[in-house]
Amino acid sequence: MVSPLVFWIVAGITIIAALAVVNLTNLIHSALWLIVAFVGVAITYLILEAEFLAAVQIIVYAGAIAILIVFGVMLTRRGDIRESNLFNNYRLAGGLISLGLMATIVTMVVKTQWAIDVAAVPANSVGLLAQNLLGQFVIPFEIAAMLLLVALVGAIIIAKEVRD
Amino acid sequence: MENLFVNISGALRGWFTGMGLPPMAVEAIMALVFLVAILAFVLLNVVYLVYLERKLSAYMQQRLGPNRVGPRGLFQTLLDVLKLFGKEDIIPNAADRWVFRLAAILVMVPAIMAFAVVPFGQGMIAVDLNIGIFYFVAVSSTATIAFLMAGWGSNNKWALLGGMRTVAQMVSYELPMVLSLLGVVMLAGSLRISDIMAAQKTVWFVVLQPVAFLIYLVASTAELNRQPFDLPEGEQELTAGPFTEYSGMRYALFFLAEYTNMIAVSAIAATLFLGGPQGPWLPSWLWFVIKVYVMIGIYMWFRWTFPRIRMDHLLAFNWKFLVPLSLANVLVTGIGLEIYKWFQTIRW
Repeated sequence: MVSPLVFWIVAGITIIAALAVVNLTNLIHSALWLIVAFVGVAITYLILEAEFLAAVQIIVYAGAIAILIVFGVMLTRRGDIRESNLFNNYRLAGGLISLGLMATIVTMVVKTQWAIDVAAVPANSVGLLAQNLLGQFVIPFEIAAMLLLVALVGAIIIAKEVRD
Repeated sequence: MENLFVNISGALRGWFTGMGLPPMAVEAIMALVFLVAILAFVLLNVVYLVYLERKLSAYMQQRLGPNRVGPRGLFQTLLDVLKLFGKEDIIPNAADRWVFRLAAILVMVPAIMAFAVVPFGQGMIAVDLNIGIFYFVAVSSTATIAFLMAGWGSNNKWALLGGMRTVAQMVSYELPMVLSLLGVVMLAGSLRISDIMAAQKTVWFVVLQPVAFLIYLVASTAELNRQPFDLPEGEQELTAGPFTEYSGMRYALFFLAEYTNMIAVSAIAATLFLGGPQGPWLPSWLWFVIKVYVMIGIYMWFRWTFPRIRMDHLLAFNWKFLVPLSLANVLVTGIGLEIYKWFQTIRW
């Protein structure tokens, strides 16, 4: 059992990092703050005793930031990297959509009756996860994999510009 | 002798509990003790690994190597460390200051964190996580970021090129490395380090998974950015890659991280393929150190044997050879396991 104080500290750091991602104008700094936000989420998973999910969060999200930065550097067309992550002119529309989305999520979270399970976390959660993913949910799992593969092939074709 | 370190740890724990500290505080202090022990082990070894590498390379090239400072040059690297302490810390004017400074510190974080799951001996794992080997993979996947931060923060064309190369290389070679570990995990049926060790009581996994071992050896050499895969540094083309602008202690930290990573990767290889800390006659922790040094010896032997390969060859070799091979290894291991199970069910 971890004290709730730890959660609040981690949550605070995560939110500050997320704000920094949006508000900084240097693309590289934004991407680096994104790592802090992802690590914060991973620690939240650890507090929930979901070790496997925390490791996945690190390997898939935090580890991949390096690639994001490389693309950011290579695809930025502005001469000055310090002004590469600016706001666009849709502040009003963007703000309204975000507020609407947030209102929806908050009402859903508040209205749902959360079932609280006090049973201990199984010692071998990885095995159970594998059995569910490759057993009961094998078709959604495979469809997601296919989708990613299609996206990958599509990206390569767009990048290489098929010529006939 | 066998339980020397386990007893020390137990005595410390008993002493702290006897002082009337709450269990939470005792755990925290013990974690700190483990961390300090790991740091001491790593730093001591790194200093002499540099010496070992210089001596080995010298013998391979029919030279003598360092031999002036102390008997047989034994104090050479110690004095080198002192020299680096005394150097001026230069930060280029045009550098991205925070990124530049942080990179040198962050490069050590994954390197040290990996040791949390290394079994230094029987019952000598700092934390025996049930996702042990996956934790190692996750932590070492973040090592790329520090190199890229160094390359970017320096604001130097060679450094940036080196950083970009690091990303291309380390992200690509992570894949065959993880897939080769998967073969071992399939045989052991667990991600927990102690289970994998126990599964090798009778036969080491290097015998059952020779292909996986070779893939791991090649891929981890690339992950360590060592010759023949040292393109990110490539002295002749990029000066020193991401570290070009670093000096003094910050440079030393990158150097330290490289050797720390080498110990970590060797330790994981010794645990997963060479039976971990098990062996006759000698205490288990001594066996472990011997096996780790055998692995380190192989990496050094690689370094002074093969010439550096070209960047496009490096990536083609990975994506067109190593990745398919490691996938095939996983497939064959799975089929082999099923056949083995089927054989066991037959009553002869």
